[in-house]
Amino acid sequence: MFGYYLDLALRSLRRNKALTVLMVLAIALGIGASMTTLTVLHVLSGDPLPGRSDTLYYPQIDPRDDSGQMPGEEPPEQVTLIDGLNLLHAKRADRQALMTGGYVPVQSDSAVVDPFYVEARFTTADFFPMFGAPFRYGRGWNAFDDETRARDVVINGELNGRLFGGADSVGRTLRIADTRFRIVGVLDDWAPNPHFYDLNTGSFGRTEQVFVPLQTAMGLKLERHGSNDCWGKGAGGVGRIYPGESCVWLQFWVQLDSAAKVAAYEQFLVHYSQEQKALGRFVRPPNVRLRNVMQWLAHEKVVPDDVRLQTGLAFGFLLVCLVNTIGLMLAKFMRRAADLGVRRALGASKRSLFAQLLVESGVVGIVGGVGGLLLAGLGLWAVRQRPSSYAALAHLDGSMLLVTFALALGSTLVAGMLPAWRACQVPPALQLKSN
Amino acid sequence: MELRPILSTLRRHKTTAWLLILEIALTCAIVCNAVFMINHRLQHMQMSTGIDEHALVQIQVAEVAPLPDIYARAREDLAVIRQVPGVQAATLVNQVPLGASSSNANIMLEPTQRQPTLNAGTYFGVDLGPTMGLRLLAGRYLRPEEVLDSDVVLKALADGDTKVIAPVTVITQAMAQRLWPGGEALGKMVYLGPIGVRVVGVIEQLARANAYDDATAQYSMILPMFMGAGKDQSYLIRTHPQDRHAVLKAAVAALKKADPRRVVTTQRTYDEVREKFFENDRSMAGILVGAIAALLIVTALGIVGLASFWVAQRRRTIGVRRALGATRRNILVYFQTENFLLATIGIALGMVLAYGINLFLMMHYELPRLPAVYFPVGAIALWLIGQVAVLGPALRAAAVPPVVATRSV
Repeated sequence: MFGYYLDLALRSLRRNKALTVLMVLAIALGIGASMTTLTVLHVLSGDPLPGRSDTLYYPQIDPRDDSGQMPGEEPPEQVTLIDGLNLLHAKRADRQALMTGGYVPVQSDSAVVDPFYVEARFTTADFFPMFGAPFRYGRGWNAFDDETRARDVVINGELNGRLFGGADSVGRTLRIADTRFRIVGVLDDWAPNPHFYDLNTGSFGRTEQVFVPLQTAMGLKLERHGSNDCWGKGAGGVGRIYPGESCVWLQFWVQLDSAAKVAAYEQFLVHYSQEQKALGRFVRPPNVRLRNVMQWLAHEKVVPDDVRLQTGLAFGFLLVCLVNTIGLMLAKFMRRAADLGVRRALGASKRSLFAQLLVESGVVGIVGGVGGLLLAGLGLWAVRQRPSSYAALAHLDGSMLLVTFALALGSTLVAGMLPAWRACQVPPALQLKSN
Repeated sequence: MELRPILSTLRRHKTTAWLLILEIALTCAIVCNAVFMINHRLQHMQMSTGIDEHALVQIQVAEVAPLPDIYARAREDLAVIRQVPGVQAATLVNQVPLGASSSNANIMLEPTQRQPTLNAGTYFGVDLGPTMGLRLLAGRYLRPEEVLDSDVVLKALADGDTKVIAPVTVITQAMAQRLWPGGEALGKMVYLGPIGVRVVGVIEQLARANAYDDATAQYSMILPMFMGAGKDQSYLIRTHPQDRHAVLKAAVAALKKADPRRVVTTQRTYDEVREKFFENDRSMAGILVGAIAALLIVTALGIVGLASFWVAQRRRTIGVRRALGATRRNILVYFQTENFLLATIGIALGMVLAYGINLFLMMHYELPRLPAVYFPVGAIALWLIGQVAVLGPALRAAAVPPVVATRSV
């Protein structure tokens, strides 16, 4: 029976070629646009470190003076150097790392290549195991190297390719700001997106090429790159190389493996704030936050508004395309009411008529859905050509492919069922009369 | 034109008619909002910076090793740049309008105030006004002898020894109006935290580096401080607009020649600065234009398709009407009126929907209320599209010969 219905459907569709093309194209365009924007939205609101992100927390404390204080106000989004080092040395979490961004000139030791600037991260030893950064060669430095300001450096695969042709460069040296550093590790391809651990240097498509121990970098006065927020004497945000004591400019991350540890750490932050207040460093009552990665990203609203708007626009377009197709399909079925009346009078049940019509609209939907998938591929390619920072991330993954199929199927059913059902309601006798 | 026959026909095709109305309503609502958003973006992109953009180029230089004296280096660099043929003026500034990377400060009217009155972009440098081509409305620019090296200023502030520094500033008219609405700004004090500075000049406009919000884009002030060479500082060079590409190239070459080991990280004309800053707005406006076009095309084709069906379905009725004396024109007008009626209902619904969408956007995104002028835009667009789309099928209907009435289907 299905084969027969399919044959009928194809005949009917061939009879109005222009109309069939219009319906298929409308569905394809609607699905293509929706899937393109939805994929971008999905990629941008994704988990940067799946499996790890729920144990990584971003502690915030409030060291500001009391000017402009408001009830319920959020603490600053970064920490001061003193607080960062205090929390780091307290070692109350399973792992902890203090960090800031940098921008440094790099040169191979032979100095035959002109120096070039790369993004850097000045951080402490736990950064690599805590964030699960994969090493191709060697490993990270340890806490002892942090304290002794070792001139160790970890570089990423891209820089290793550029300077050493991708060979195992562990033990070799390179120059950063004219100072010789020893390479202790080379990272594999690793670029968490969003760049959750420091959103100040850009949320997407950012990756550092060199990682230097924080205190080594500060000792050498390597130039930093990021934002700072100052109050009191530090107001104005101007300083040589590093911001002053009344400025927050570093990020501090901790790993907490259980809910009990999270609660205990939050308690510790409150105690720390009270202690600092007793010492006279803090003025405000304890005001702490402890968010995990996804909570932090949601709080910081990393997904650009424009991307949300585009998604809304695309779904509005899909809705118009669907309404359009439903209307056309219905008009087409109603035009054939006489045929349907004859089939009904000859004994076909409503159900079999419905099945026949559904096959016809289903063909349109499926072809439209496949076309939509192709258009989504094209749309994502177009997104990748755009200058946005997230452009390179726009790829269809398995789950989005499934969503596309579901969307195509759903649209088809909606676009097909309604007209088919409506056309079946026609009483046979009425249609047998000549009009 | 008698409406009754049209209405009674439509009553027999209720579902189809409502679907068409719904499609028109959705299209109308989205088009209204999209046109408004495009206009909003275009207006934002027209933002005036207050500087002489076509005459300016920007260069940023980064050093490989820390410099012994950043101030001496900056002065040498400026001297090198001024030697380049075609350079009219050159200065060093900590940020540039629309440069994205910004330096800002909270501004208060009283040192004891708990909440800042506003947040302003803080420009540091010597001779910024003449080099950038700003327009001074009142008072004076900062004098070169007032502008001290940043180390000296920071040390004086840290030591509380404010006698050595000149606590003066030049602010924009927009900022002056916001701080002292309707009043005189010259001679008044503003506070950056505990530090008080006196307003000695008011300039017409100077956009901030991070001018994302039109309302606060012109809140800028110039403070007397010389930052010295550094990767975040910019050399701004003024030249004749037609020479700027050549001058930019020559200035970069001269800086590289002065110290071959350094890295030029930015070299661009101001047109490029502007283009980069508004890149996302431009592409969003493009996407919106594309969406409007796609929506209108799909809706128009939908109307063509539906009207064609109805015409085909009513061939006999049309034939009968023609046989009974209706002219071709009557038939044409019949289908045009039918479409006008459906479009009008759709547009009315669309207006309500457009208003609803706008309310939603206002709640979730920083978008102002949809001005009433945009409603007719959507209405006229859809009436026109409808009439154009229905014309083909209506003409075909008008061409139905009266003899059809005598034929049995």
